[in-house]
Amino acid sequence: MSVEFLVASAIGVLTAAGIYLILRLRTFPVILGTSFLSYAVNVFLFTTGRLAVGAPPILDKYAENPVYTDPLPQALVLTAIVISFGMTAVVLMIALSAYLSGGHDKIDMQDETESEERA
Amino acid sequence: MAGRLLPSHKKLQQIEGPATVSLFLIAALPFLGALLPGLMVKAGRNTCATWTGIISLSALIGLLVHAPAVLRGEVIEASVEWMPLLGLNASFYLDGLGLLFGTLILGIGCLIILYARFYLSRQDPMGNFYTYLLLFQGAMVGIVLSDNILMLLVFWELTSLSSFLLIGYWNHLPEGRQGARMALTVTGTGGLALIGGMVMLGEIAGTYELTELLQMRDVIQQSPLYVPALLLILLGAFTKSAQFPFHFWLPRAMAAPTPVSAYLHSATMVKAGLFLMARLYPVMSGTAEWFWIVTLAGLITMVLGALIGIFQNDLKGLLAYSTVSHLGLITMLLGFSTEAAAIGAAFHIINHATFKASLFMTAGIVDHEAHTRDIRRLGGLRHLMPITFAISVIATLSMAGIPPFNGFLSKEMMLEAAAHAHLGENAWLIPTLATIGALFSVAYSFRLLIHTWFGPVRDDYPHKPHDPGFGMYASPALLAVLVILIGLFSQPLVGHAVEVIAASILGNGAHPHVHLALWHGVTPALYMSGVAVAGGLALLAMYKPLNAMWETAPRPDAKVIFDAIVAVVTRISNGFTDLLHDGALTRYAAIFFVFSALVSAHAYFGVDATQLTRTPIEAGILPIIAWFALIVSAACVVVYHRHRLLALVILGIIGVVVSLSFNYLSAPDLALTQLSVEVVTIVLLLLALNFLPEHTPVESGSARRIRDGVIAGGVGLGVAALAYVVMLSDFALPSIAEYHLANSYKGGGGTNVVNVILVDFRGFDTFGEITVLGIAALIIYGVTEGLLGSKVRQVLLERRPNHPIAGDEHPMMMVVATRLMLPIALMVGVYIYLRGHNDPGGGFIAGLVVAIAVLMQYMASGYDWADKRQRYPYHATIAAGVMIAGITGIGAFFNNMPFLTSDYGYFQIPPMGKFELATAMGFDLGVFLAVVGAVMLTLESLSRLAYRRGDMPDEYPMDINPSRAAVETTENEDKT
Repeated sequence: MSVEFLVASAIGVLTAAGIYLILRLRTFPVILGTSFLSYAVNVFLFTTGRLAVGAPPILDKYAENPVYTDPLPQALVLTAIVISFGMTAVVLMIALSAYLSGGHDKIDMQDETESEERA
Repeated sequence: MAGRLLPSHKKLQQIEGPATVSLFLIAALPFLGALLPGLMVKAGRNTCATWTGIISLSALIGLLVHAPAVLRGEVIEASVEWMPLLGLNASFYLDGLGLLFGTLILGIGCLIILYARFYLSRQDPMGNFYTYLLLFQGAMVGIVLSDNILMLLVFWELTSLSSFLLIGYWNHLPEGRQGARMALTVTGTGGLALIGGMVMLGEIAGTYELTELLQMRDVIQQSPLYVPALLLILLGAFTKSAQFPFHFWLPRAMAAPTPVSAYLHSATMVKAGLFLMARLYPVMSGTAEWFWIVTLAGLITMVLGALIGIFQNDLKGLLAYSTVSHLGLITMLLGFSTEAAAIGAAFHIINHATFKASLFMTAGIVDHEAHTRDIRRLGGLRHLMPITFAISVIATLSMAGIPPFNGFLSKEMMLEAAAHAHLGENAWLIPTLATIGALFSVAYSFRLLIHTWFGPVRDDYPHKPHDPGFGMYASPALLAVLVILIGLFSQPLVGHAVEVIAASILGNGAHPHVHLALWHGVTPALYMSGVAVAGGLALLAMYKPLNAMWETAPRPDAKVIFDAIVAVVTRISNGFTDLLHDGALTRYAAIFFVFSALVSAHAYFGVDATQLTRTPIEAGILPIIAWFALIVSAACVVVYHRHRLLALVILGIIGVVVSLSFNYLSAPDLALTQLSVEVVTIVLLLLALNFLPEHTPVESGSARRIRDGVIAGGVGLGVAALAYVVMLSDFALPSIAEYHLANSYKGGGGTNVVNVILVDFRGFDTFGEITVLGIAALIIYGVTEGLLGSKVRQVLLERRPNHPIAGDEHPMMMVVATRLMLPIALMVGVYIYLRGHNDPGGGFIAGLVVAIAVLMQYMASGYDWADKRQRYPYHATIAAGVMIAGITGIGAFFNNMPFLTSDYGYFQIPPMGKFELATAMGFDLGVFLAVVGAVMLTLESLSRLAYRRGDMPDEYPMDINPSRAAVETTENEDKT
């Protein structure tokens, strides 16, 4: 079994789990789902630099014929990880304030009549 | 698209003195000036009108400065490359046609500004009016001066929008609003068609510059795209110029204030369609398609508009249909595709603008003075308003085509051209219909004249009319003088100008010879004119019975048809929208996923994915264990997601596995970042879960779950396949990684290439990203403030905890441990920050580590205790971070380098040995501070929601503290 296969299938599983959770009807699973998708997307972007073991992009002036993996996707994904934290936080806050002011945490818009009954 | 475009080889004229610049200035002046009326209206209505007039007049003068050169046959150009790959350049040019329209737009604009000053009442917001008017003027000038057709389209749409504002200026009147909407719908739809047609034209020609495109007659007419392009362009032109069957919007737009009608609906905007046809005449005309469509549309419009015009009782309605008819006349002339007809068209554009604008303004005066424009309630006004009457007589007779006024001349040219026009084999249809059109035209003109001005003076006018002040009749009077002068001295006054204009309409190096004169000898046109005048007068004599017939005759009402079409279209689009967007957000998401999966599948099966060129890496036992842990965890989260706390804990496992994988796959920086972000995220989610229900109820049935499972599985499979193929294929193009690896140390002074990319190569990205992160934190802070300021605060205060609360909220062990750890953690943070440039680490990771260390103090010792000891507000930390990063970047300017170029050097600081200091470290410090501030502000905001009624601020960091108990005991003992 190759590492590529493991990583690819892991990305697939994370994506599938993320999408399944995003399609749920309450806010919290959706937030979990976006976290899953963030993992999947970040790892996927990272893999566009191709996989390498034991070749971190840290220059070693003593090495003979050093091999380095592609640093660019790593730099992009590094900020993406931090930004996805910010995004999760904002989405979470919106979900939270919707729950606190609306009294429910349903994703789908409610019919007028239903919300009137609630009121 | 870009690939097919030839790079523009036309020599762009360099800016040569003031003459070239002023084309830009002419187009820009009205837009810039549009800011003035709103300011000036505070200084009074006269000041406001004066400044608007000055703007318009300066633009006019700027244009007329070019007139001598243009009349010599020169073409003035000004161009700046804007987006050359898209073919979008800011290029203007001025030829005879542009000069004609530019003069009409700016010249009549000045007159209208003067007239409107006296027309608008004290209640009308004058600043708005003049602003809209100048915006419109700028857009029109833009159309007629544009060399680039894409830019022309932008100006075209701007005229639709600004005319919408002008027609709906009296927005308290329902007619105004409806008329404006209808005009916008019709001209906007035409505008869309025009965009399609123009882009096709540009694609055929391979250039979007009119000056180049107009040389390519053969290429364009032989293209298979010629007919669709022609149809779309004509659709745009016909809607704008109110040609049959789109003529109906123009009379409805008469709800606008009269200055608007006089300006837009006689002199300028409705002529934009004619301008477009004239502009594209060199490449589009001469074909059978052009002849049939344009000629017939013009002919029908001319006759129909004149016929309906006869029976209008509203002065402006009559003039509107008359305008429709005259626009039809010019369209028909352009359709003929002969030199004589083009000359006639050019001349009639001038004449129509003069007499019709004047007539609209006199109609406005009548309305203003008598408080009605209903012809049935008027009559006998010649004694009461002699000056207005004189102006009106001149303009009306010109409209009817009576010598010696200018309308007669161009009408004769039209009839002459019509007399020679054949419709297929048929030689009599066009001349006959043209004569009938002229006959109707005589009829409505004389009806306007006789029924309004002649007859006995009545005593039941809504308001006793009299002549207005000079300011109000000055503009129409000036135009009336022009009507006479052009009529009498046509050849010396405008003969040469018409020649130049006709030459630029005809294009292809044509040199038409123009001879304008009142007397052309006994020609067919003269007979036709005679028939028209006699017939028209006879028709008017029988007006009463004819009107009765007209009233009873069934006529399709355009508004009803229009409303029905709009209703049907609205229903269809509503149905479609409701089908896709029914308020169920999960449905939108599902549609989105399915659609992307289908598109990707289409792409996937289009390529040969069997060529996997890279050698896979054989996996040892550790990767397989990690993989297994990840798959099982993901499955567990999906299965147990209803138990939210459990799902969250398992999510943490996934984060750790992802982080370990990054480390394994040569990305130590990512591993560190992922790990620290994971901690913060889980804390954040735990905090939020405090306020949310603990469980997700079962709501979706098994069918729905299977559906979602299939969607998720399908997309997951696709993504996995894509990732697999990507990983095992070689780079299609050489990677830019080599550059970064080679220059990281030489250029950026660091051996950790990832960090050097972040703070140096792509520092601008990072700068944007910390800004976004800061904004996200501020949003969260803002939402929290909003929540706490609303009635939600009450709910939060009265909240009952889900579980019994532990008596020991701040356990001693944890407080002691975190406090011990704080300095160590801060030290680690500083260490990670300092080594970041050369080893895994850097501002992002250091910021997260420090944030976690501080966060632990909050968790262990309580919010109040920790908050009291926190001396730097987090907002300021974010701001300081972003500013430090920015200032470091600006520092590069002093080195004459671009923003964010870093510099570095090695310094000897005894006794520590050689040190490297790089300006990038300042930038990284900014990143560090921004991350700390953003993370802490986010979590602090959420914590502030947690107060409950009865919560006392924590007095001590630990609820149970043996040492405190000892102290208290001794104190008590001392007291006793």
